[in-house]
Amino acid sequence: MGRITLDKVSKSFGDVEVIPPLDLTIEDGEFTVFVGPSGCGKSTLLRLIAGLEDITSGQIRIDGADATNVPPAKRGLAMVFQSYALYPHMTVRKNIAFPMKMAGIDQAEQDRRIDAAAKALNLTDYLDRRPGQLSGGQRQRVAIGRAIVREPAAFLFDEPLSNLDAALRVGMRLEISELHERLKTTMIYVTHDQVEAMTMADKIVVLQAGVIEQVGSPLDLYERPCNKFVAGFIGSPKMNFIEGEEAAELGATTIGIRPEHISISTTEGQWKGTVGVAEHLGSDTFLYIHSDVSPSETMTVRVDGEFSARHGDTVYLTPRAERIHKFGADGLRIE
Amino acid sequence: MATQHSRSSARLMMAPAVVLLLGWMLVPLTMTLYFSFKKYLPLRGGDLGWVGFDNYARFLTSSAFWPSVQTTLVIVGGVLAITVVLGIFLAILLNQPMWGQGMVRILVIAPFFVMPTVSALVWKNMFMDPNYGLLAHLWKLFGATPVEWLSQASLPSIIMIVSWQWLPFATLILLTAIQSLDSEQLEAAEMDGALAHKRFAYITLPHLGRAITVVILIQTIFLLSIFAEIFVTTGGAFGTKTLSYLIFQRVLESQNVGLGSAGGVYAIILANIVAYFLVRIVGKNLDA
Ligand SMILES: Nc1ncnc2c1ncn2[C@@H]1O[C@H](COP(=O)(O)OP(=O)(O)O)[C@@H](O)[C@H]1O
Ligand SMILES: [Mg+2]
Repeated sequence: MGRITLDKVSKSFGDVEVIPPLDLTIEDGEFTVFVGPSGCGKSTLLRLIAGLEDITSGQIRIDGADATNVPPAKRGLAMVFQSYALYPHMTVRKNIAFPMKMAGIDQAEQDRRIDAAAKALNLTDYLDRRPGQLSGGQRQRVAIGRAIVREPAAFLFDEPLSNLDAALRVGMRLEISELHERLKTTMIYVTHDQVEAMTMADKIVVLQAGVIEQVGSPLDLYERPCNKFVAGFIGSPKMNFIEGEEAAELGATTIGIRPEHISISTTEGQWKGTVGVAEHLGSDTFLYIHSDVSPSETMTVRVDGEFSARHGDTVYLTPRAERIHKFGADGLRIE
Repeated sequence: MATQHSRSSARLMMAPAVVLLLGWMLVPLTMTLYFSFKKYLPLRGGDLGWVGFDNYARFLTSSAFWPSVQTTLVIVGGVLAITVVLGIFLAILLNQPMWGQGMVRILVIAPFFVMPTVSALVWKNMFMDPNYGLLAHLWKLFGATPVEWLSQASLPSIIMIVSWQWLPFATLILLTAIQSLDSEQLEAAEMDGALAHKRFAYITLPHLGRAITVVILIQTIFLLSIFAEIFVTTGGAFGTKTLSYLIFQRVLESQNVGLGSAGGVYAIILANIVAYFLVRIVGKNLDA
């Protein structure tokens, strides 16, 4: 079990309120991702849940029981740190065994769990090495192994993949998702990378400056972002925003249209523009287009890999009407 | 670029330092060896010729030799134990956030800047004096008879004085080591269910291993040759005669340069034996 409820939880460091009071419920077995720009308070929120920071006001409940003043070790949560926080002087085996040793679990059971974790995480050949002799991905797996063997009520991950190179990151992302499928344990995962959030989450919590902007499934957030911030943050490449006349015509202050929801033509269309930079990814091409409808920023359009356009070409853009997002002067979504 | 050229010029530039160091070391060493094979009594006839290993045999068989070796080892061991244990304790305390941290740290380091002679005199006259010393007053306050520290508890007193001098050094090195401990490791251990004393034993102490080794090795080098503290306080009486003090007495008080030089060679051998065992015991912390 691992249902975590935050009730009016806030956190201040001295006079600075990093997290204004917020409410949030994480259901048992859910993979929840906290996403937001750097410094928005994601780690702080995770550390509040872990018990590594004391909350300034409010209440944290784990499976219905008040955990606000319960010390971290007693909350039954396991955390994987960004720096992995492995114990450098212990072998991999001792690292993984450490929480069980502290809990006084008998040796036979310890060995059984270590072997199971090592097998699941491909660490069997490395059990007698020290963390310093492992690659980044292996260290990451040791940190996960150390969390698994505790059989916690929930896993907390703080940007676990940010120290890995891009290829490894994709692999570990799959492994963590796989792990969640297998264990069905609650996981809370912090990242600033919206791609990780979109690909892994059951539920995404978008944070900005300690405030929850929106909570929902990845597709919810993609299709119906509730304000401009979420609209701009979720989705890659970023949504195009257009202000002025075009927006006013639709009764909005700002309208947003995603690069993949604009069709392009060399002969006719709604908005005229000239091609700037073209990024060829093979399958897709991203065109950055200078247009009078969006004078301050270039517009991004996603086209097929085959589409050929050169710098300076004139093109016409047509947004798909049903995919246009409308936002009011306060930045909130207009239906 | 380590070209032939830059390497030879590097050698050229290092040469003065190397020559100076060699001179500093080789000249006294050679002279010590030279005199150790001579009967040389400056005030009683001067150079009286070669005597082979006579001086060595006499130094070794003198009744003061083995006690002096023992005293040396007791002082070194005692000071090491006190400075390392208290040093770890102080380093942990000083690492806690507190008001006036910078000032407190400077105060803690201060004893290191006091000359050994001065600190020994201060301890002898201001703390340990059985009539006027602070400790005597303290004892009287509780109605006890003041202890004559430097005669009744001479060895512990000297260990205390020397520890007071070296504690700042140990604290400083250990403090910097503690500051380099990744706080996430401690937090991970906390989440893993380790209480404060377990976190200390399993995380902090192993992290400090290398720093402790450095403290032990460096202090041993200096502690084997302490002299001023003994000269100023007990003058070698009451069982505080270390090997270096014994050598001093042979050369200057008995005016027997040959015998003292032989003792000097023994001191070198003792230092090497201690160094050998130390490196065997704690040196493995230094690699990797
Ligand atoms: N121990 C602390 N003392 C003071 N301010 C802190 C502390 N920890 C974090 N902060 C501040 O809280 C804000 C949120 O930090 P953090 O939760 O680490 O952000 P994120 O993980 O989203 O990048 C930052 O502005 C940071 O400066
Ligand atoms: Mg963070």
